[in-house]
Parts: sequence; C-alpha cells; structure tokens
Amino acid sequence: MNLTTALARLLIFPGLLFAVPAAWFFLWAERKAVALMQGRIGPPFMQPFYDFIKLLGKSTPPRGGIAGMLMKLWPLLAVSAAAGAVGLLPVLPSSGGFEGDLILLLALLELPSMCIIAAGFSSRSIFGEIGSAREAVLSVAYNVVFLLAIVSIAASQHTFRLEALAQLPASPLRWLGVIAILICLPAKLHINPFSLPNAEQEIYSGPMTEYAGPELAMWELSHGLEWVAATGLVATLAAPYIGIWWLAILVFLALSCLVVLLLSVVAAATARLAIDTTVRFYWQVTLIFAVLAVSSALFMRLRS
Amino acid sequence: MNLWTKLMCYSRRRSPWLFHMNGGSCNGCDIELIASLTPRYDAEQLGVRLEGSPRHADILCVTGPITHNAVNAITTVYGQVCGPKAVIAIGSCPATTNVFIDSRTLAGPLSKHLPVDVFVPGCPPRPDAIIQGVAKAAEILAERAAKKQPIAPVVMPLVGPGCGDACACSCAAPVVPEASAVKATANPAAPTASEVKL
Repeated sequence: MNLTTALARLLIFPGLLFAVPAAWFFLWAERKAVALMQGRIGPPFMQPFYDFIKLLGKSTPPRGGIAGMLMKLWPLLAVSAAAGAVGLLPVLPSSGGFEGDLILLLALLELPSMCIIAAGFSSRSIFGEIGSAREAVLSVAYNVVFLLAIVSIAASQHTFRLEALAQLPASPLRWLGVIAILICLPAKLHINPFSLPNAEQEIYSGPMTEYAGPELAMWELSHGLEWVAATGLVATLAAPYIGIWWLAILVFLALSCLVVLLLSVVAAATARLAIDTTVRFYWQVTLIFAVLAVSSALFMRLRS
Repeated sequence: MNLWTKLMCYSRRRSPWLFHMNGGSCNGCDIELIASLTPRYDAEQLGVRLEGSPRHADILCVTGPITHNAVNAITTVYGQVCGPKAVIAIGSCPATTNVFIDSRTLAGPLSKHLPVDVFVPGCPPRPDAIIQGVAKAAEILAERAAKKQPIAPVVMPLVGPGCGDACACSCAAPVVPEASAVKATANPAAPTASEVKL
C-alpha cells in the first residue's frame, strides 16, 4: 500500500469523508429503531448532526493544568483511532493493505475504550471513576472472547492480512468466529444489555459525566465511528468476495445496516445487566464457544 | 447573520437536552416530565434527550417549591450547566410556591435564585404543556445565540384540563420578575383547553 492509497483510504473511502456521515446515520438508525420498537416515532433523520453542531457551540468549563489538557486529548485520540480503524477496512476489492493490518485494526478498535477509561479517571469525577472501572472490567471480560474469535479466523485462513481474509471463501469456522464477534459487539459499543460503563441515570453518564461542549461532541463522534468500524469489521468478514467495486460497497453498506438493526433489536429487547452477571456471561458461557473455535482452527491447521 | 450562526441557531432549536432537578417537589411534575418522553407523547421527536449529567444539558427543568435544602443544590447545578442555557420552571410550585406559600421551610419561588426563561403552569402540568414549554425554551436558546440582549421570561398558556377549574391554585398567573412588563404570550399554534382531547 503506497502513501496515496493509504491517504485516500484514510480520508475519503472508507475513511473520514464516508465514515463521519455514516457514523451519524448509524447513531440515528439505532435511536430510530429502538424508538420504533418501543412504539414511538423517534428522532428526525438529521438528529445526530444537529446534536454535534449544537455541542460544538457550547462552552466548556475552564480547566487548567495537565488534567485539562488530558481531557481535551482523550476524545481527539479516540476519534482519530476510530477513524483509522474504519480506514483499514478492506471494503473495495484489491484496495491494498499490508501483512498484519488485522493486528493494527484490533489495536485501533481497542484504543477508544482505553481513552474512555483514561478520560473517566482524568475527569476526577466520582461517577467518571466508577464508569471507568466498569469499562475496564467489561473490556477485560469481552476482549478475551473477541480476540480469540479473531485469532481463530486468522489461524484457520493462515493470514493476518485483512484483504486476504476477506477474499478467501468463508468456512464454517469463520461463521463461528463472526458469531462470537457479534456477541462481543454490544459490550464494545456500550449498548444494552452491556451498557454498564455509561449507565445513564444510574451513575449519571459514567466516564463522560464531566465532559461538555466540543469535547462531548468528539466523544459522540468517536462513538459513531466505533459503530462504523465494528459493524464494518463484521460486514467485511461476512461478505462474499465481490470483484465489482460499486457492488462491493453496496453489499458492505447493506450488511453494516443489518448488523446495526440486529444490535438495536438486542438493545431494545434487553435491560442492563449487573457487572458480575456480565463478566460471568463472557467468561463462562461465551469463552467455551471461543475456545472451541480456536482449538478447531488449530486442529484444521495441523491437518492441512 | 452568516451561515454558521444560522446553522447553530437551527441546531440549538432542534436538539434541546434536558437536566431534571427536583427542588422539593411532590413528584407529580417529575412524573409528568418523564411521561412526556414515553411512547404516548415522545418528546424525542423534537430531539429532546434527558441527560444524566448537568454538563451535557442545555435546559434545566426545575420542579418543586424550592426548599431551603434545595437552594444550594439548584444554584450549584445551574452553574454546572454550560452556556448557552435556559431554565424551565415546571408546575406552579417553582413559579409561585403554590399551596405552600409562606411556609417557613421554603426559599422559593425559583425566580429569586435563578433567571427563569419559561414558566409552565399547572398542578401538575400536562405532558403536552411541558413539551410545548421545552420547545419554547429551545427557541429562546437559539435567540440567545443570535443576539446578546436579555430575553424576557415567557409564561406558557395552560394546556388541557390538568388545572384551571379543578384546583384553586394561582397557577394561571404565576409571579414573575417585572410581572407588569411580561405578557403571557400565547403560542398561536398551541391547542387551547377546549381543543385538547384526552
């Protein structure tokens, strides 16, 4: 991948120029779907955009020193990491990529959650600290399953290169991995039943409690970009290989929307679980599933 | 007014985020405020979101007659809301202290402590009236972004059969600062009591 294609992917498609409107669209789609399932009408189409612009125009409380600088830094870091993760997705056929970009994608997907943990602690709010502690526990719980699922997919196909993974025909093992990733997504995106870290009305807004104005706008944007990256990862892994570029984009968008809809149904149908139940769910129930996937991947690899 | 300011005004009007503060209320108005977010009334169509943190909010919704205990909390929370911001007094209690008037446990009405922008009368007000008040407050927010001069508080008309004849409180004419200068500006689009169907 040379510099021009890398920049084009980061800035145009599937990077910022596509990802930011897509992030707003997915945020709206989730709110609207939940509203419709609750028998409401829901927010208008442009709502996340209005929220973003309004937050940009609000003032922030003056904060001095290192803590103030850090509180400005974390949301920006989260946005850039999430945008970079979207930029790495192999949406277009033969769009380049490099050996090991799957590992970089995983790191970039993990960075916003690290930023949230750090943000809660640097805001010095008691509710922020509780939210950050919950986010840390949640991250330890779901990441074991998430990483094992990715490793099993990569091991079964003998590559850590995203494009090669997307091009290879899907095996039953890959579907097992995709399902395991899907189970982790509600926790990664902090929606019900795993909305512990930002548990509204319970610990105010968790790590975001002290954030206001443009900083909060950046958090909203990074949350939207995380939606695009996480659903996009599932879409690229689940999509069959398509040589025509516009058809590939259409299939990618359709699959992403389908995943958003699925997650919204889960969010609307469930209530928030307590932290111990969440950890037990991931470590006892889902872990067995992920270990099975990895062991069968290794077994397949030994036999081939 | 340039394009950015226009967009900002429009966005402020379309995205009011609320923070709900109880100043010693009997819980009647609080229930009605929550009812305005439920499927029957669905304030989210206007972009309304009930926020957990005052830092995120644009509009502070205060209920209750403001007891001595609540004054400090309310002024602190008002300080924590980032500007531009607006305050809605929901119900008759924060406007006039209602039936608790002259009680020694009260430090109300609310306008003694905070600059109130919209009064929503009623004991309790109907959810439609609260939504109407929130929409009015969002308009005030947008105006506040456009021009600097202070905007006079607005008293919303009574909506529905919630109060009026049923109770003898003074909620139809709440006491506001410079009461003579303020007219109850009825929203022409607002349904009158006779038009509203249950």
